[in-house]
Amino acid sequence: MTISNQENILEVRNLCTSFFTDEGEVKAVDGVDFSIEKGKTIGIVGESGSGKSITSLSIMRLVQEPAGKVVDGEIVFKGENLLTKTKKEMRDIRGNKISMIFQEPMTSLNPTLTCGEQIAESLRIHQKLNRKEARVKAIEMLKLVGIPSPEKRVKQYPFELSGGMRQRVMIAIALACNPELLIADEPTTALDVTIQAQILELIKKLQEELGTSLMIITHDLGVVAEMCDRVAVMYCGKVVEYADVKTIFTDPKHPYTIGLLNSVPRHDLKVEGELSVIKGSVPSPFELPSGCRFVTRCPHAREICHRELPALETKEDGNQVRCWIHTDQWEKQAEAVSTHE
Amino acid sequence: MSKKALLEVNNLKQYFPIKGGLFGGTVNHVKAVDDISFVVYEGETVSVVGESGCGKSTTGRAILRLDDPTSGDILFDGENLLGLNKAKMRKKRKDLQIIFQDPYASLNPRQTVRQILEEALEIQNVVSRKERRQKVEDLLQTVGIGAHQMDRYPHEFSGGQRQRIGIARALSVDPKLVICDEAVSALDVSIQAQVLNLLKELQQKFQLTYLFISHDLGVVRHISDRIIVMYLGKIVEIGDKDSLFENPQHPYTRALLSAIPSINVGEKKKERIILKGDVPSPIDPPAGCRFHTRCPYAMDRCAVEEPKLHSLSEVEHKAACHLLEDGPYDYS
Repeated sequence: MTISNQENILEVRNLCTSFFTDEGEVKAVDGVDFSIEKGKTIGIVGESGSGKSITSLSIMRLVQEPAGKVVDGEIVFKGENLLTKTKKEMRDIRGNKISMIFQEPMTSLNPTLTCGEQIAESLRIHQKLNRKEARVKAIEMLKLVGIPSPEKRVKQYPFELSGGMRQRVMIAIALACNPELLIADEPTTALDVTIQAQILELIKKLQEELGTSLMIITHDLGVVAEMCDRVAVMYCGKVVEYADVKTIFTDPKHPYTIGLLNSVPRHDLKVEGELSVIKGSVPSPFELPSGCRFVTRCPHAREICHRELPALETKEDGNQVRCWIHTDQWEKQAEAVSTHE
Repeated sequence: MSKKALLEVNNLKQYFPIKGGLFGGTVNHVKAVDDISFVVYEGETVSVVGESGCGKSTTGRAILRLDDPTSGDILFDGENLLGLNKAKMRKKRKDLQIIFQDPYASLNPRQTVRQILEEALEIQNVVSRKERRQKVEDLLQTVGIGAHQMDRYPHEFSGGQRQRIGIARALSVDPKLVICDEAVSALDVSIQAQVLNLLKELQQKFQLTYLFISHDLGVVRHISDRIIVMYLGKIVEIGDKDSLFENPQHPYTRALLSAIPSINVGEKKKERIILKGDVPSPIDPPAGCRFHTRCPYAMDRCAVEEPKLHSLSEVEHKAACHLLEDGPYDYS
C-alpha cells in the first residue's frame, strides 16, 4: 500500500466504476486519480457522460449494485480505504464525516417530512442528540445558512419553500454534523444566477468558518473558476487534465480543456464572429475509440493518438495532463510524419 | 439604414387565472406579463433575458398565441395577430416558428425525422408532394444531419442532433420570425457552441429574425443585437447589446451581470452585488417598482410609484428606474 499524504483528506487512486448492461460493460469511470487537501476545494468538470457524477457516487459508495460496481481502485479517506468498509461503517461515515449536496433539492428532500425533521434526523442518528436538542440545533443550522425566521421555517415542508431556500435546507442538512468533506454535485445548476451567487457565497463562507474540504462537481466553468483551488477535467471516464485553477484557465494544456474554454460564450468580453467549437460529439460509451478518448474530436490528432492511450503525465509544477502533445513521443511523431512525406 | 419593424408588441398583458374557493371561481391572477411593449426589426436578433418567472417564455408563447394574451396588440408585418381567428392564425404560423428548450419533449417519439418534417410541410403546404422528399433532405443537410439518418426516430439521436431536428422543423415552412425559447440551454457547452454557430449561419442564409429567450447572459451577448431584461413581468431595461453589457443602468441588470461567475481567474474581479432574498410572487407583486424589495438603492418613492422607461442614450437604451429620471446614474 502506498503511503498516504497526511495533508490530504481524500485520495482517490485508480478508481474504476462500471455498469453492466445488456449491451455490455460501460466503464463510466476508468482509472481516475486525484486528491483533496484538507480545507481546500477541488472541482471536477466535464460534460454529460464524462463520469463526474459517478465518481462522487463511488466515493459515497452510492453506486447501485448490481447494475453498477466499483471494480477497481482505492478511495482513501483520512488514511482508510472506504471500499473495504462494511455497509454499517459506511452509514456512520455518510452524512456525518462526508456529506453530499445534490442538484435538485426538490427530489432529494423528503416531501413528507418538515425541514426541521430532516435536519434533526442526521443529528439524532450520528450525534445521538435527543429530540429537543436536535430541534434547537436544526434551528441553529437554518440560521447559519441564512434562512429568515428559522423558527417558522423549521416546521415547513419542502414544497412551501422556493428553490433557493430548498438548496439552503440541503446545505443545512449536509453541514449539520460538521462533516470533514462536503461533496456538492451541481449544487447551483437548477438555480437562477442571483440565487446561485447567494448560494456560492454561502458555501464559501461556511467552508471558511468550519474548515470543511469541498469537492464540487459541475459543468459550469464559471463556478469552477470562482470556487476551486484545483481542477480535474474529465472526458469519457478519464481525467485528461489535473491542475491548479489558475493554470487551467490561463494556460490549459489538453486540447479538450482548451476547446471547452473557447466554446463558452462570454458575458464579460466583447467578442465578434463565430464561437470556436469542438467538432463532433462525445462518442458512445460502447464505441470508445482505441487510443486517446478525445482522438475523434481533437484538431491535433496524429497516428499515435489513434493507436495508444496517453498516460496522465506529471509536469514539474505538479500539474498533470493526458496528451501525447506534451510528451517526448510527439516530436518523434512529427519526424516520422515528415520522413513519410 | 432604415429599419423595418417586423414585430411590434404593445401593452401586452398575460394574466393567468387562479381557480379556487368554494365554487371554483377565479380568486386571483398570476400576472406573468404585465404591460410590456417592444419592437423587433427585420433581420435582427432580440433577446429576452431574466430569471425564472420573469415572463420571458410567456411573452414568446403569447406572440405565437400558444396562450391567448389578456390584452394588448401584437403587430406582425403590420397585421394584428390578436384579431385573427384560429384558422387564420394557424396559417400565419408559417411565418412565426418556435424552437423549444427540450427537443426530446417537443418531437413526437413515434414519428421518424422524415415524418416530422413532412408533416410540417404538408400542413403549411410549402411544397408539392413530389418535392417534399427533396426538401426534407435539403433541410437536414442545412442543419448538419445526413440524409441517410432521416428514417430514424428522435431517440436515436443525441441531444445536440435533436435540437438540430427541431431547428429543421422550424425552418421547414420558411418562417420570417423564429422564437428560440431556451433553445441551447439543455446542451453541453461544446455542443451549445455548435448550435449557436448554426443559428447564426442560418440567420444570414435565410434572412431570419430571432426572438431569443434565454437566462444565459453569455449566450445572449454572443447572439443578440439588442437585449430586453425582464423582472416579474415587466421590462426593466432594454438596449443595444454593447451599451447594455458595458454600461448597464438598472440596478437589477447590474446585479444580474455581476452575479454570473466569470472564467477570468487572472484579472481582478469587479465587486459582486449580491441581491437579498428571492423573487416575490407574481400573484401579488410588490407595488411601485417591482424590484424595490431587493434593490440596494430603493427609496421611499419606489414602493409607491411605478417607474417609467427612461431614455438613456441615442442607441435606444432605456431603463425603468427612478434613479435614472435625469439620465444615467453615477454608480461609482
